[in-house]
Amino acid sequence: MANVGYSKKVMEHFMNPRNVGVIENPDGYGKVGNPVCGDVMEIYIKVKDDKITDIKFRTFGCGSAIATSSMVTELAKGKHVDEAVKITRADVANELDGLPAQKMHCSNLAADALHEAIKDYKNRKQKK
Amino acid sequence: MPEQPCGSNGVQMSRIYLDNASSMPVDFRVFEFAKPYLMASHGNPSSLHSVGLEAKQAVEESRRKIAEFIHAENENTIIFTGSATEANNLAVKGTALRNIIQGKAIIASAIEHMSVINPMKEMQKNGFSFTSLSVDSTGVVDLKKLENILTKNTVLTSIMYANNEIGTIEPISEISKIVHEKGKYLHVDAVAAAGRIPIDVQKDGIDLLTLSSNDLYGPQGAGALYVKPGVKIQSVLLGGGQERGLRSGTENVFSIVGMGEAARIAQQEMKQESSRLLPIRDKLIKEILKIDQSYLTGHPSQRLPHHASFRFSYIEGESILLNMDMYDIQVSTGSACSSKTLEPSHVLLAIGLKHEEAHGSMVITLGRSTSMNDVELVSKATNETVQRLRKLSPMSQEWRK
Ligand code: FES
Repeated sequence: MANVGYSKKVMEHFMNPRNVGVIENPDGYGKVGNPVCGDVMEIYIKVKDDKITDIKFRTFGCGSAIATSSMVTELAKGKHVDEAVKITRADVANELDGLPAQKMHCSNLAADALHEAIKDYKNRKQKK
Repeated sequence: MPEQPCGSNGVQMSRIYLDNASSMPVDFRVFEFAKPYLMASHGNPSSLHSVGLEAKQAVEESRRKIAEFIHAENENTIIFTGSATEANNLAVKGTALRNIIQGKAIIASAIEHMSVINPMKEMQKNGFSFTSLSVDSTGVVDLKKLENILTKNTVLTSIMYANNEIGTIEPISEISKIVHEKGKYLHVDAVAAAGRIPIDVQKDGIDLLTLSSNDLYGPQGAGALYVKPGVKIQSVLLGGGQERGLRSGTENVFSIVGMGEAARIAQQEMKQESSRLLPIRDKLIKEILKIDQSYLTGHPSQRLPHHASFRFSYIEGESILLNMDMYDIQVSTGSACSSKTLEPSHVLLAIGLKHEEAHGSMVITLGRSTSMNDVELVSKATNETVQRLRKLSPMSQEWRK
């Protein structure tokens, strides 16, 4: 179904996803599952002075899920955690020049994983 | 990915189209044969003048070809419809409603096409009891269970000749014997099987059989239902009484004529084409199964000669499809992400796959354009695709640990 109607940008991120991988000893980790179709996405962040200095993701899901996770890592990288936490699924979709209607839920997943990672970071910080 | 050279007609020369189960190109010979009925001979077969007569004769010739193709008793057994979906609806609703006095039980296998399952479910709302017949892990229906659930009230049992997603061929003759011991009619959806393996409705003991034009390299917009002489069925589409009153609506002459010619060619070339595709298919399966954690879905030997279906752990099918498309290789998948409902294919669940296993499915259906040369490219592209997507997947890491 290459004609699900993905934008060029979505396909570009799908083919060349940014920030793929794992960070050993991350400062924050978020993992979410897609309740709709059963996919899994995880995000690792490294934070210095409340700024996201490094970010990595891994995704088990459709083209849109891969592209949105790649995009969310790009959007968050270098941002203050309080800024990054404001990134919404709409931001992710917009940056990718839109997503087909039936694929919007995948962008939720990407934003949620990021938010989870930041939450985890804040929790760890408090415990210290 | 390297840029592919383009042919003059804009079609990429190196395209490897392996999604023949979804849509097939119209055979050029079929198009040439039926073309006049798009333009010059545009008659309505119901009109009495000469132009109408010409159209009628062409439709009747097509009916004969299709009857021959499935070894039907005579050409009057063939009812043309607008699609295979329509033929399946007619078979299910038309026989259930017509034979309601005899009983209100209907059966379909769990891997039937939605155009069989959904009408059955609708009949359920009308007071019928519908039983879904389970299949084993290779997709073969459970014959013991079939025996047990059949009663003399079972007016219709619908089991496909072969499944389009996993390629498994059902033992139709045996099924027919079992069905006719207690129940009434056996309907067989032969859309995936027709033109791939020989079908003989009389030998196989089939009462109703569905065919699709496009799946025979014919034009879209035509299907057919074989109705054995004596089978009681009523129309579900009322109007001007075309097709013996069973399917009203002006015939789509072009598509019907094309379908007949497509069936004739398929019948002529099937044996040769199947023996050409078999070794290609087997080599492809052998190569692809070299990939770590890859599995064949469906039956290993009792399967359609052009069909190879797989699943790969830890990755998702829509991504596989998109990634393969980058190599200009077109495949299909039964993954949840690729379906409109975001549910995994009911066929993959029926053979016992878990949600996440069904996720990584890839279906390859070879066609007339496939050659042995494609095997290397396709298996290499598949391997690279799987490796790349696994690198992106959190699941595979867990498995490596
Ligand atoms: S992750 Fe399943 S549809 Fe996008």
